[in-house]
Amino acid sequence: MKSTLFNMVTVLFCITLVASAGVGAVNMITAEPIAASKQKAVEDAILAVLPAFEQSTAEEMTIDEMPITVHKAVNGNDLVGYAVETMTKSGFNGVIRLMVGFSPEGQVLNVNVLEQAETPGLGTKMCDEGNPLISSIKGKNLESMKLVDGRLAVRKDGGDVDALTAATISSRAYVDAVNRAYMAYKSVVDGTEPTDVSTGATKTQKGGNNE
Amino acid sequence: METVSYFAIILGSILVNNVVLAQFLGICPFLGVSSKVETSLGMGAAVTFVMSLTAVVAWCLQTYVLVPLHIEYMQTIVFILVIAALVQMVEIILKKVSPSLYQALGIFLPLITTNCAVLGVAILMIQKEFNLLQSVVYSASTAIGFALALTLFAGIRERLDFEEVPAAMKGTPIALITAALLAMAFLGFSGMV
Amino acid sequence: MNKLSLVLKGIIKENPTFVLVLGMCPTLGTTTSASNGFGMGVATMAVLIMSNLVISLVKNLIPDKVRIPAFIVIIASFVTIIQMLMQAYVPALYASLGVFIPLIVVNCIILGRAEAFASKNSPVDSMLDGVGIGLGFTLSLTVIGAIRELLGNGSVFGFSFGISDYMPLVFVLAPGAFLVLGYLMALFNKFVKK
Repeated sequence: MKSTLFNMVTVLFCITLVASAGVGAVNMITAEPIAASKQKAVEDAILAVLPAFEQSTAEEMTIDEMPITVHKAVNGNDLVGYAVETMTKSGFNGVIRLMVGFSPEGQVLNVNVLEQAETPGLGTKMCDEGNPLISSIKGKNLESMKLVDGRLAVRKDGGDVDALTAATISSRAYVDAVNRAYMAYKSVVDGTEPTDVSTGATKTQKGGNNE
Repeated sequence: METVSYFAIILGSILVNNVVLAQFLGICPFLGVSSKVETSLGMGAAVTFVMSLTAVVAWCLQTYVLVPLHIEYMQTIVFILVIAALVQMVEIILKKVSPSLYQALGIFLPLITTNCAVLGVAILMIQKEFNLLQSVVYSASTAIGFALALTLFAGIRERLDFEEVPAAMKGTPIALITAALLAMAFLGFSGMV
Repeated sequence: MNKLSLVLKGIIKENPTFVLVLGMCPTLGTTTSASNGFGMGVATMAVLIMSNLVISLVKNLIPDKVRIPAFIVIIASFVTIIQMLMQAYVPALYASLGVFIPLIVVNCIILGRAEAFASKNSPVDSMLDGVGIGLGFTLSLTVIGAIRELLGNGSVFGFSFGISDYMPLVFVLAPGAFLVLGYLMALFNKFVKK
């Protein structure tokens, strides 16, 4: 077909219009299933780090400008534990998301890696069961561990978390995310602003008071 | 902390997660264009230019248009159109402003629209939740990694021309196996932290 | 042209991976396992069939000068639709294919077939061409994925043979992708392509 300015503009405009309408329509159809499958993924992740529970309620907060969600799981009136959806941006290849389970007493029950893009065979070992990172913190109350500036740290930085072999940056990022999870957990339990593990400096913009 | 994270982005995207050899983006020009060192350098420069520019425009569009309007699902369509338009624009401007630069880069520009590394990087930088500066640094260093891989590969292939290769291995197969060796060498960087 | 041969030619004679050497990025990037390769192949095939059909339907309405941008918009829309459907109904596969799903847009196979076939042939033939090329692509990706999964992880389609500890991990990493594809292509050249 011969090209004139008029038919070029009209045709492109029409195609774009129809295409956007089609995409928008499919979006309306799939929006619900997508939300449902995301919801299910979150529930499965909580179940992976906590014992069986009946109900959970979520509380969202922002620490270091990153969204953190604390899921409080209950069985009737009994508190089962807290699952904290946490993240860090200092992974070797960007964002790492973790789900960290805490018992009502504050011990780390389990950690589940939700999302990571670390180096295969090195940093990705953080997803394996019984890797050094999880073994170092599982069953422990983080406050009883060796802290550096009020935060959990890998051995290389003076803490007592064993890092993954040849993946120090990935390990640091993992620990960073766990720290943030604990801050969120603490703030929900105590009903205060999120602070460092050993109630160090306040990390949100809102509060500025050191205890 | 800030400078460390930029350093990690630069080192990570040039060497450890090299766009071609570890992430498999931009394989077509990698196999197609890289038979001479000179053309590889030209292609690398053109990609660096377009990729950095795309990073700025795509980031702004995502942050100020797509997210506020809640149409993030239009991302793919919008980004590919942005890239296509940008490539056209760069071509026109370059032709007018600097004919010598246009002569050097011109023939590579149309190829860039379908270079999946450009779209890939734009999508990845949004996924990684980088801010504007981080996005630009990330895109530029990814492009440098692309140019590096392309040039290294071309250097090897120039020599490969003089070797006797079994008939069935000629062309793409031997190029792929060469790329495998290069990728293995780059794998060595992943221990470096 | 014989309808059946239209479909079959994409599998061997014009196999997109081994003969046309198109769409190398997803071929290398998503074939870490047989099921990932298969999933990627099917997603690409779906986009290819739909875009071939629509482009051949509207081919006479599009002015020559804006042909490519028009094709790209059509392809990008189908990719976005597939992306949303996968996110909704097969979230695990969607997550493991990652950025390569939106990148179907720039897969040279799709624009290539639109340009070379769909813009010149009838809608039915174009669809069959999409089926053929799509099947060829899916088959290649599944085979490469299966070989890499077997060599690197000791399993096929997730079915483990219990030997994963003895297998060289390098085959699921980047170099393995280049290596397996290189040797497969050489074998294809030697025995199939005369």
